[in-house]
Amino acid sequence: MSAYAGLIPLNIVTGFLGSGKTTLLQRLLRSPRLQRTAVLVNEFGEVGLDHRLLQSVTESTLLLDNGCICCAIRGDLQEALRGLLSQRTRGEVPDFDRIVVETSGLADPVPIAYTVMAEPVLQHHLRLGAIVTTVDAVNGVAQLRDYPEAVKQVAVADRLIVTKTDLAGPADVDALHAGLRRLNRSAPILDATTESEAADSLLTDDIYDAEGKAREIAHWRDGAGHDGDALVHEHADDVHSFALTFDAPMDWTAFGIWLSMLLNRHGEHVLRVKGLLSVDGLSTPVLINGVQHIVHPPSHLEAWPDGDHRSRLIFIVRGLEQERIEASLAAFNALANAAAPPERMRL
Amino acid sequence: MCSLCGILGGRGHWADSATSPEAFARREERHTWQRERQTRTRLINRVLAHYGLKLQDWSGNAYVLRGRTGQTAIVNNLSEIWAEAERLSHKECDPLDDGLLRELGAR
Repeated sequence: MSAYAGLIPLNIVTGFLGSGKTTLLQRLLRSPRLQRTAVLVNEFGEVGLDHRLLQSVTESTLLLDNGCICCAIRGDLQEALRGLLSQRTRGEVPDFDRIVVETSGLADPVPIAYTVMAEPVLQHHLRLGAIVTTVDAVNGVAQLRDYPEAVKQVAVADRLIVTKTDLAGPADVDALHAGLRRLNRSAPILDATTESEAADSLLTDDIYDAEGKAREIAHWRDGAGHDGDALVHEHADDVHSFALTFDAPMDWTAFGIWLSMLLNRHGEHVLRVKGLLSVDGLSTPVLINGVQHIVHPPSHLEAWPDGDHRSRLIFIVRGLEQERIEASLAAFNALANAAAPPERMRL
Repeated sequence: MCSLCGILGGRGHWADSATSPEAFARREERHTWQRERQTRTRLINRVLAHYGLKLQDWSGNAYVLRGRTGQTAIVNNLSEIWAEAERLSHKECDPLDDGLLRELGAR
């Protein structure tokens, strides 16, 4: 297990106002596997959470110099998480091996992710786990049409949980599914009313979890398409998702240069990027996972999940053109394969 | 923290394969951290030439970014390079820019 995989995972449970976040969390926390979970909530709602380790935080955001809202440290959370870790060390709270943050209904989840990944102290103790987003089947379509906050919550999700399907008609549920799939190709869409014994895997599965890694990658593969239907280009407002497939292996150095440059200039509009990379010189795939300006340390699979060994990347972007991204990455990768220019002799 | 330069150490940049040894341990060819930095510096310089800038590795610890008029900036990792490159060149360093892609393709 890598050092990063050994850090305490922090899950974000988000979703628009009244979409059933707390109800979902209540259900998940009954799982024996999640008994050692600390929960931070932004607001105590009508649905009470009865959990042994529950704390409340009040949203406050510290904008950093570059002014990008996604690169903001959530001051409240920074303080709460540091406090929680200190209390744990001193034995003042029950020991925990996972943290769940339930956001308010209008919150942008990305500053929470940024706080975990970039805050100088927290980044050495915590890693970002799956982001779970609840969407209300009755009001979801209208919310996605009217509220950019709802679109963002769906776009950055690793799992989409449709709630209140028993109160909505089949046509409404179908329309919502179609809208969600356009916004986010890689997250599985699950029905909250369906009881599942493995419900805790909503939180525990990710690419750093030895048990859940294969299931997680299966969702990505489904999103990327199995045999090259990668060039579907669909719009929902300005946010859309697409998948790219590259035949030639990627040069890792060139890929790092390209993605860091892309995120520096367009990170605010690259809501998610994830996928499997075929890296030059490696026989197994490297897993990439990013949220706006944040990129997780790459992980890997022991073997390719199927016979298709090409790089497959899923992008969820706002207003960026698929063809440009594809051409740009291909150009940077070709650069690495070109012969190195001769060094000029210095006199 | 590095005792020589005082730079606070973070988790390491995601693009440094040394920060994810388990992902890159099975490389078929011998791969060293120094070689990766050399290759990175060489490739970035082909991009930075479009903006009139040049990058040098600084003792394997950081990078030095220089403009044509002698402006200099010290940067710690890939992500910092692009922000500083925009500041020194007064241009947007955009990998989707047609002009840049044409120039890269022509070389």
